[in-house]
Amino acid sequence: MAKEQNHSDFSEMSRRGFLKGIGAGGAATGLLSDASMHDAEAAQKGLKGPGEIPITLNINGKTQRVRVEPRVTLLDLLRNRLDITGAKKVCDKATCGACTVLLDGDPVYACSVLAVEAEGRAITTVEGLGSSDDLNKLQKSFVDRDAQQCGFCTPGFVMASTAFVRDNPNASVDEVREGLGGNLCRCGTYAGMMLAVSDAAKNKGGSNG
Amino acid sequence: MANVAWPQEGDRRVIGKRISRVDGPVKVSGEAKYSYDINRKGMLHAKAITSPYALAKLISVDLSAAEGVAGYVAAEIQEDLIGDEIRYCGQVVGAVVAETEEQAIEARNLVKLNVEVLEHQVVDSDLAKFEGRVGERTDGDVDKAFEAAAVVSQGQYGMATITHCCLESHGQVIEITKDNELLAWPSTQNVSGYAGQFGDAVNIPQNKVKVDCQHMGGGFGSKFGVDNWGILCAKLAQKTGRPVKLMLERDTELKVAGSRPSAFANARVGLHPNGLISAVEAEVWGTGGNGGFRALPIPYVFTKVENTKLLTKGIRTNTGSSRAWRAPAHPQGCLITMSAAADAAALMGMDELDFFLANTALTDRPEVYREELRIAANIIGYRQKAHLRDNLTSGPVKRGLGISLHTWGGRGHPSECDVSIHSDGTVEAKLGSQDLGVGTRTCVGMVVAETLGLPHAAVNVQLGRNAYPASGASGGSTTIGGISVSSRRAATDALNALLAVVAGRLGTAADNLEAVDGHIRQMDKMDNRISWKDACAALGANTINKRGVNDPNASVEEGLIDAGVGGVQIADVSVDVETGVVSVNEMVAVQDIGLIINMKLAESQVYGALIMGITYSLFEESVYDPKTGQMLNADMEFYRLAGIKDVGKLKVHMMTGKGYDERGVIGLGEPPVISPGAAISNAVANAIGVRVPHLPLTPDRVIDALQKGGNIA
Repeated sequence: MAKEQNHSDFSEMSRRGFLKGIGAGGAATGLLSDASMHDAEAAQKGLKGPGEIPITLNINGKTQRVRVEPRVTLLDLLRNRLDITGAKKVCDKATCGACTVLLDGDPVYACSVLAVEAEGRAITTVEGLGSSDDLNKLQKSFVDRDAQQCGFCTPGFVMASTAFVRDNPNASVDEVREGLGGNLCRCGTYAGMMLAVSDAAKNKGGSNG
Repeated sequence: MANVAWPQEGDRRVIGKRISRVDGPVKVSGEAKYSYDINRKGMLHAKAITSPYALAKLISVDLSAAEGVAGYVAAEIQEDLIGDEIRYCGQVVGAVVAETEEQAIEARNLVKLNVEVLEHQVVDSDLAKFEGRVGERTDGDVDKAFEAAAVVSQGQYGMATITHCCLESHGQVIEITKDNELLAWPSTQNVSGYAGQFGDAVNIPQNKVKVDCQHMGGGFGSKFGVDNWGILCAKLAQKTGRPVKLMLERDTELKVAGSRPSAFANARVGLHPNGLISAVEAEVWGTGGNGGFRALPIPYVFTKVENTKLLTKGIRTNTGSSRAWRAPAHPQGCLITMSAAADAAALMGMDELDFFLANTALTDRPEVYREELRIAANIIGYRQKAHLRDNLTSGPVKRGLGISLHTWGGRGHPSECDVSIHSDGTVEAKLGSQDLGVGTRTCVGMVVAETLGLPHAAVNVQLGRNAYPASGASGGSTTIGGISVSSRRAATDALNALLAVVAGRLGTAADNLEAVDGHIRQMDKMDNRISWKDACAALGANTINKRGVNDPNASVEEGLIDAGVGGVQIADVSVDVETGVVSVNEMVAVQDIGLIINMKLAESQVYGALIMGITYSLFEESVYDPKTGQMLNADMEFYRLAGIKDVGKLKVHMMTGKGYDERGVIGLGEPPVISPGAAISNAVANAIGVRVPHLPLTPDRVIDALQKGGNIA
């Protein structure tokens, strides 16, 4: 029996498809007039898109003007449009924390924030901390304690730890375990991370980041 | 003259030290560029077209709806799949490429597969359901031995299929230049062996394929091949004339990009009255999904057991293909052997540590295991905490200890390395190896620095390109042996060339010179010396280039590398018998590994292996729906990895000094990841008095085992 089925499996019933559905109200047709009518109608209702719209973002203290579809996540905007690739795409579903950036100082999963939502807020990525030849204390602790192997989860952990140490300058090891519960590592670098973050918490005074 | 033999302990200035990885700073600052991070000018984004069917005949692929999506550029279908079978859900059958990632996903989701659905099989835990050829291996007479045994214990043991779950998914960026060169940035464990795998797919000669992988986000044995998504990516780059990025999405990564075979066994162990194992019998089955299943090493470690019988049945299921997963077949063989053995000891009323200490007599290296068992027991306070299995701790949270032993080969692979000494004193080492996060880059630099009498930071190491001398794929713990010898040989030859140049200046023979602490000096008159920089200046317009080769057989004979290690782990767990939740309080790993190049990175490897081991022991399992054939947990929410809270207190002890250092360098990636399953399972059995037969030790399995009262005969 021949069977025809749309190619989309269960796990693709994703947040992005859902957001796109509510944002755009239909598939893009490629017909400009339709799209702009849609845009005009949407603008009247205070909605944006589905086409590209100009937005202004503040990333690591720099103002960036970009045109982007409203369905684009902050993570994909950073990585694909701006070549800011420190934040990594791993689970793409707000589980693993590899894409962690700071939004007005708070750690967020950039895979689950739309770029348009980040307008007017201060975005800090790992590139906004110390560079490789001028690491901040926390980053140095990560290197000294070897809190990394393949390193793919590392930028996310560094960002989550940055906010954690700032808010918990005297954190105990148990508090570090709780505080970094939103990030995952596959190589198994937690032993080093625990020490690195504890060190950084202890050394908070005089840190440049 | 310098010779290649490793320096003695007192003479080592760099080797064995706790040096931070040299690429740490670029990793913590986000500057390290992984394949997934490569953005080329004009690059298109591709997304894989995957099968929602576990078994189906593919009749045709309908791209018409996808072609209408704004930004759609092209698609490529794996032609030989048309008319053939799709054998597992998630199987990659083609790819769609578009201007943006969002457009590629939108278009890909509109691709229709016309298929004839066939009846699939995804269940692997019930042996009765399968027919197939059974492999058999016997030694001695198990029936007679079981009859004569003081105790015979019988049980079922096993572990579910798990995936590699590399955080950087499989994939690559490919660009074909105007000169018809293929530039590839793959996430690979196999830089030197990658280019040859394109075959005639894009008709580009192999010498025009340039591979670059500076950093890669995890492989664990799953990233040796170009894979069909690599071929599709290359074809799309050729078709569109633009660079293409094709990385697998997380669900596809978990379904198809590598798994570790499940393994289950009905096993019997017989003991002599003195507790020594007299017989082991196991009827083993398991699946490598669409891939192979190899016979397990059973009895594991206790290879001198006289009477053994092993039946093996590999099952093919409609799930993604198995790939090498750290220490292929060993964690499974280890779990079954060590669990069955510990159950026999418990049945006899023998303490597990005493039991394993006695049975080291049946291993290939009794002294090593005995020493490691004693050290591990001391570190975890075994004698203070241990109790027999029929003497449980009080209260609803039970505590227990479990032990396991393991072994691995780890002989260095063939490797070539070039070392150059320039007249300004700079030094570089180049080799077509790769750094999976284990510290290859750092270790090459340390070996060269040790050889040349320089600080490790003085050596610039270049790897990750196939333009450099060929070095083996990183798998099976073969890298450190390979690259340490090739770099040692190259650096030694380069140094000897330099010594020959400066010998006249120091008024002595070259073979009376050595390189130490940034100087070349006369061995028997140390103040007759010249600084490294001045020595190199004597090269004038010349550069010294030497190639070092690791021929594994020759290097073993010379004592530079070796194979075969032990290793012991002990776990301390708590089990809540009301909820079934298992937590690891503490775990100790004691590991021998010959000569250690970098103690800090070696320890990191072992910590990582413990954590990965805790993860597969407690959480990891690919769950398939028998009815639809779908993998139900193809995401990181429900395919669970351990978080920082889940791993307990970890302690690592590396064996060094006499008996170990003189063996030369041996690989470390596999051995410490083998024992955690068995050690944790044994600890849980010790805690609750019954064996939980299968990993992962999830609450439902623990409660089930408690309700059934266990399976100790």
